[in-house]
Amino acid sequence: MNKIKTIFKYELLTTIKRKSFIIMTLAFPLLGILAIGAYQILQGTGETPPVAEKLAVGYVDNTGLFNDYTSYNNVNLISQPDETTAFSAMTGKEIQQYFVIPEDYLSGGVIVRYTLERELGISGEVASAMTEFLVNNLLTGKVDDITIQRVVYPLSLNSIILDSSGQIAENQGGFANFIVPYIFSILLIMAIFTSSGFLLQGLGEEKENRVMEILLSSVSPRQLITGKVLGLGAAGLIQIVIWLVSARYLANMASSTIGGMLSSLSITVEFLLVSLIYFILGYLLFAVIMAGAGSIGATARESQQLSVIFTLSAVVPFYFISVIIDKPDGVVAQVLTFIPFTAPITVMMRMGIAEIPLWQLGISVVLIIATIIGLLFVVAKIFRTFLLMYGKTPRLGEIIRMLRQA
Amino acid sequence: MSNKTLSNAAVQVNKIYKTYGKKTVVSDVSFTVEKGEIFGLIGPNGAGKTTTIRMMMDIIKPDSGEVYILGEKFGEETKNKIGYLPEERGLYKKQTVMDTIRYMASLKSVTVADERIEEMLQHVGMLPHKNKKIEEMSRGMGQLIQFLVTIIHDPALVILDEPFSGLDPVNTELLKGLIKELKEQGKSIIFSTHQMNQVEELCDRLFMINKGSKVLYGNLDDIKQKYRDNSVFITYEGNIGALKGVTDSRQKDGYTEFFLDNKTAPQDILQQLIDKRATVTRFEIGTPSLHEIFIRIAGINGDGNE
Repeated sequence: MNKIKTIFKYELLTTIKRKSFIIMTLAFPLLGILAIGAYQILQGTGETPPVAEKLAVGYVDNTGLFNDYTSYNNVNLISQPDETTAFSAMTGKEIQQYFVIPEDYLSGGVIVRYTLERELGISGEVASAMTEFLVNNLLTGKVDDITIQRVVYPLSLNSIILDSSGQIAENQGGFANFIVPYIFSILLIMAIFTSSGFLLQGLGEEKENRVMEILLSSVSPRQLITGKVLGLGAAGLIQIVIWLVSARYLANMASSTIGGMLSSLSITVEFLLVSLIYFILGYLLFAVIMAGAGSIGATARESQQLSVIFTLSAVVPFYFISVIIDKPDGVVAQVLTFIPFTAPITVMMRMGIAEIPLWQLGISVVLIIATIIGLLFVVAKIFRTFLLMYGKTPRLGEIIRMLRQA
Repeated sequence: MSNKTLSNAAVQVNKIYKTYGKKTVVSDVSFTVEKGEIFGLIGPNGAGKTTTIRMMMDIIKPDSGEVYILGEKFGEETKNKIGYLPEERGLYKKQTVMDTIRYMASLKSVTVADERIEEMLQHVGMLPHKNKKIEEMSRGMGQLIQFLVTIIHDPALVILDEPFSGLDPVNTELLKGLIKELKEQGKSIIFSTHQMNQVEELCDRLFMINKGSKVLYGNLDDIKQKYRDNSVFITYEGNIGALKGVTDSRQKDGYTEFFLDNKTAPQDILQQLIDKRATVTRFEIGTPSLHEIFIRIAGINGDGNE
């Protein structure tokens, strides 16, 4: 027991003193503060906006109906007598683009726009300027101004999610709340792989420098691996707790200072709790795998290559992100929740979009724990057999044969 | 066999076997290391020395057979009583000398005062380097640190696997001195080597292993006695003429080795020399070096096995 504590303390202290660990741990909160700060500075300068060049858009009106309301926030609409003049005005850079309102516009509604530049699509500003221009000209005098305003902006939607008692629910869902779990699923996987990666690297190095045999002459393989897994796990836990705590503050800061789309940004206690649980389980799962890979590979590099398969499987949910967003309780989402390797990220993502049924979380947690226990038995054997084999990485056949013998 | 009868031995190895796949690495190895002696485990590279030691250290389990350390089966506490210098050695490169020794001692459940560590560093002339990182030190210096790590917790049994490999002559002498000091302190020492001359200098008894099996086991002097050639080393002046019973002679550095036939004893030669009134400054029974014995036995066994 004492020796496990000694190794635990050593691994924890060496890890949290590592530059890469400190940088990673502090990078997230610092970047968040920086982003909010940068936003505020931009907002501050935004009060005296640089007089932006208004976009000059030409139009050729073949109906004679559209003459007024030509000035908008960032767009000026300039009447052109005919298409030839409009084209030369565009090549002469007087206007940036132009559109033609055909004589049969009222019956057909088709408008053709011309521009010299490649573009993904019409810019929102120009499109809304054009719409307002058309609506205003069409309706002026026929209906009152307020109606015209409503015709231009018929809907300003404000959705509120209520809980069963009719109160406004704490989690309002939507984009703002998806972005947090999304960022968090990335952070979670980073934390898991930082710590389990250190484990892999540490074992590889100890094999490579031959410290391993010295260690094993003092402690048993079980003590060594327990101390290491717990020590590095504690370091990872410190990292993720720092992230979670700072995330809560950052979310509050962001929603109060930036507002708008992020005004409903908040991190719930349940979310923090589930993040912690999945960090611990995810870490243990990958730590056990890394311990196996670390003891099989002859060098730290080879071990790393061995573990890539499992590392990749953890990020599979990112490939299915659109499916998960589309159907957060669909088959794909459920299956990925139940597969231990993909569960941590999937659960994080799903939590942002919709409630996850408790029974699904339960099954997921049980399956991960069962996998961890199962793998522990295999890895313990691998560990003892391969820890002191130097020189070359054994092939799969050899590993299986030796495991049978062990 | 009860534990009581074993209580006087530092190590008792009982018929251990180890097989990897189809390859038998250690086969039917048994020996006893008495308390307070320096015991040599010798044999060529790949003979099974390190595997035997690892089984003694409980790092790997023998397929069959038993090992008793200090009269007991291997237990939780046993590792704390042994100092082990592996052949494949290394330390954490980024750690300082002091931190290394402190951490390694703590893994043996021992807290060592800094003064004691400094004292030991002083003893091997490494005190000025105490705050250096391991990676900043030469290989030889690292090896001395490793030796200190091996004995820092004051173990009753010290196992050294090829302790001299990679050391320069100065450090080799230093290490030999340190090993002799350990013996004076009453510690039991096992060391393995493929360099036979070191065994002759340090060991009381030895076990010679080749291809996983016992070749020789016993007291160094007895072994030499048993495998001595029927020859004598003589240094003399002038011409002693032909000696009766001598089949061959070989001029060596400062002396001549005379090989005797089966019926002739060294005493017969001495008698002849006295009769001839020759001026003899050295007369010695020819004992072969351990290396020669090994070549002789291993050569035969090797051919026989293959």
